[in-house]
Amino acid sequence: MNDLFTLDFSEIGSADHARVGGKCASLGEMTQAGVAVPPGFAVTTEAFSAMLDHHGLRDEIDRALDGVDPEDLDAVDRAAQAIRIRIRSHKLPPEVETAIREAYAALGDDMPVAVRSSATAEDLPDASFAGQQDTYLWVRGADDVVTHVRDCWASLYTTRAVAYREKNNIAHAGVLMSVGVQKMVNARAAGVAMTLDPGTGDRTRIVIEASWGLGEMVVSGVVTPDNFVVEKVLEEILDRKIADKHVELVGDAELGEAVEREVEAARRTACCLSDAEILAVARLAKRLEKQNKCPQDVEWAIDADLPDGENLLALQSRPETIWSQKKAEKKPASYMTGMMGIVNTLNNPISSKG
Amino acid sequence: MDAQKPMFPSAFEVETPAGAEGWKDLYPYYTHFQPARREEDDATFWFCNSQHWPTPFRPFDTIMLDFAIKGLGQYNTRHLVVPPANGVDYRILNGYVYFSPVAVAPELIEARVPQFMERAGHYFQNWGELYANWKEKVLAMIGELDAIEFTALPDVEDIAVVTGGKGLDSTNQLFDQYDKAIELCYKIWQYHFEFLNLGYAAYLDFFGFVKEQFPTIPDQAIAKMVQGVDSELFRPDDEIKKLAKLAVELGCADALKTGTVDEALAAVAKAPGGDKWLAQWEEAKDPWFNFTSGNGFYSTDKYWIDHLDIPMAYLRDYIERVEDGDEIMRPTAKLLAERDRITAEYREMMDADAQEVFDGKLGLARVVFPYVEDHNFYIEHWALGVFWRKMRQLSKLLSDQGFWENDEDMFFLNRNEIRDVLWDYSSSWAIGVRKRGTELWPAEIERRRGIHKALSSVRPLPALNNPPEVITEPFTIMLWGITSDAVERWVAADDTSGELKGMAAAPGEVEGVARVLSSPDQLSELQKGEILVTPVTAPSWAPVFGKISAAVTDIGGMMSHAAIVCREYGLPAVTGTGNASSRIETGMRLRVNGNTGTVTVLDEA
Repeated sequence: MNDLFTLDFSEIGSADHARVGGKCASLGEMTQAGVAVPPGFAVTTEAFSAMLDHHGLRDEIDRALDGVDPEDLDAVDRAAQAIRIRIRSHKLPPEVETAIREAYAALGDDMPVAVRSSATAEDLPDASFAGQQDTYLWVRGADDVVTHVRDCWASLYTTRAVAYREKNNIAHAGVLMSVGVQKMVNARAAGVAMTLDPGTGDRTRIVIEASWGLGEMVVSGVVTPDNFVVEKVLEEILDRKIADKHVELVGDAELGEAVEREVEAARRTACCLSDAEILAVARLAKRLEKQNKCPQDVEWAIDADLPDGENLLALQSRPETIWSQKKAEKKPASYMTGMMGIVNTLNNPISSKG
Repeated sequence: MDAQKPMFPSAFEVETPAGAEGWKDLYPYYTHFQPARREEDDATFWFCNSQHWPTPFRPFDTIMLDFAIKGLGQYNTRHLVVPPANGVDYRILNGYVYFSPVAVAPELIEARVPQFMERAGHYFQNWGELYANWKEKVLAMIGELDAIEFTALPDVEDIAVVTGGKGLDSTNQLFDQYDKAIELCYKIWQYHFEFLNLGYAAYLDFFGFVKEQFPTIPDQAIAKMVQGVDSELFRPDDEIKKLAKLAVELGCADALKTGTVDEALAAVAKAPGGDKWLAQWEEAKDPWFNFTSGNGFYSTDKYWIDHLDIPMAYLRDYIERVEDGDEIMRPTAKLLAERDRITAEYREMMDADAQEVFDGKLGLARVVFPYVEDHNFYIEHWALGVFWRKMRQLSKLLSDQGFWENDEDMFFLNRNEIRDVLWDYSSSWAIGVRKRGTELWPAEIERRRGIHKALSSVRPLPALNNPPEVITEPFTIMLWGITSDAVERWVAADDTSGELKGMAAAPGEVEGVARVLSSPDQLSELQKGEILVTPVTAPSWAPVFGKISAAVTDIGGMMSHAAIVCREYGLPAVTGTGNASSRIETGMRLRVNGNTGTVTVLDEA
């Protein structure tokens, strides 16, 4: 494999983080730490750079945006759309395309994959959270993979991203993008896990949201997921709220895409995870928190094609930001120690809650 | 709160159960609610201590209550000068005891602090040495108790009494032995409390600190960080397990499986390796079979050493499990590793300065906790076991002398009345006339037995009068698990829905069939996998925890016995439900959630 343009998750080193983007870097780290992650590869920023150079797209982009007022959203929108069309209208440089085809073939014959943008540091900070960048699920065949890699590149030029860079004086040509191509999970159920309670910042809790099918429905908020609270250290399920999960996103091999379909009545209000699965998700999240040394926000899925015990896969792990920020601002507390602590305790015992 | 209508009734308005008229005569005057003091007593919140005394007292049995309360009080009030807390006042109503902790007036608390710091500080700083000394004192006292002998008065004094010019008779020995037994019991109860409240205070300090760090941390997680895995309380059960394994190893297990204890022991003596097994059985008996299936507070408690059928039944269960290939020994290495893991993982989530404080408080809590766990074996099981045995010997002797009909009827007399009986015995012996009490006592005992039976047929009220706005008395919370929340649950206990709330005492969730037991005599009814539902459990129930799938109790907090043992065995437990044992019936299907403290009745068998 040509390491310049594609890099297998198992080969991503810490020096490569800038050229594979945050998402692929995290997948690489997890893969190498022995966490079960669907196999795949990153299309590096060099590949994108080669694309821009090969077709002289950098100048074209600059020209399209020259003189556009960042406050004039209509104008930005027109320019951004034009750029996206330009990117999509070019073939990939042959050496890049060959690298992607080879890396894809190495995953297996016509393997269904997810093609996702993997943003680099210079990109819109909340782009991935806001679902600004493209994700293509259940893509099959090398031609489609190549096309969707290019679509992801084009998604760097959404109206919002362009406006953001204009406003912040970030040179468009300096912002590159990596793309992750990853074996598709045939998710029976999937969702997210936070290694703290997002409502209270309580670090002794792991909160899991899960629904049928692929996790995108949970992330995007299309379904109300089942919600589980797990005590992190004791690894005990403390609370469960079972929701009415009316739709699920599942792969359609014929169409080569993920389709939304209605969940039949019996399954809608059934809990989508067994207790053992809930605890397995919690342990996975806990492990990732320990590995990354800070609270994490983890995407995971349970693969219907894999045997029990091996079917839980990590899809993404990133640092939780909101509470970690608050904690840093907190003033240090003072504590009573020794005999004073005991006197204080006797004078002000807290009542133990049942 | 409505001042006109207290949350719980007044002691003066609680009816006497039918057939229990005259019950007050059974108990000393200082335990009565006195009409002349009604105003004062009605203004006080009293909670029923059914955790330690779940059934009504026979008259003699208030000895444990008197001595325990005295020991608890003296350390708080006179030895250590605990700043906010004096002793615990008590009253008996319809045979059950009600407690009310006595707080120190707020304006006096500050002045007590320096004294407490000096006194308690001395104990904390010299804990190891003082505790070693404590064990010596208690063992010496057990030795003295063991040496007590009650012998019937002779027909005539031995000639040596005359020739030796002794001038005194055998009655002195009788009084001396009785008084000594009572005095030793009294001293044992003082020793019981010498370290206990300090141990709880250090634990509570650690507990409070961890709760402050992690407000939602389950109580049981904090307990797990401190608990030992080699508490002497587990030894009797461990000894039985070792005996079961040895019997299987030696190939003499079959001989033990049937017949009475005597028959089984005779059979094993003839079996191959039987002598080796018997030697270990004998060795285990002393001291480890000084173990009660109750809590040591009642004359009716059955101690293994006096009722070998109890350990034999457990032994047979364990043999069966060993033969089924179960690993019955407690996985102590695993439990220790788990304790370390839990401690490290919570610690990791703290700031660096909090970690340092955590280490200090955890260190102290772990130093003091073995006492909190082990004292129970030395005092309630071992020392009190010997005491009760001696008292039963005396009861038998006096029964043989015609004072009552049944061997154990003495316990329907209080300890001062027994001294009167000894006087009657001694003086009538000396005079050479019939004993005066031989018609009187059997009749009086029958009357008292009837009253006691009537009292036992009615469950106690959980509390009397109005609780304080917030319960802040440290020992109420620590020793009895009584918090404002718990009191609210008692009020709600009239609710008859299919869900009961209690304390989340040991984690986990299971579904299963209920077995409601009201006395340890029923332990043999338990079937494997059932959920034990009972008013309260005692440490010697340990062997049944290997059989059940969860435990539910009416009474008890996070440090209650059921909670500790369930955590040890990895079983869910919900404690302090108030009335699970009366609302649930054997055979009902339950879901016990030890994480949330909920018990759900799934179907009414």
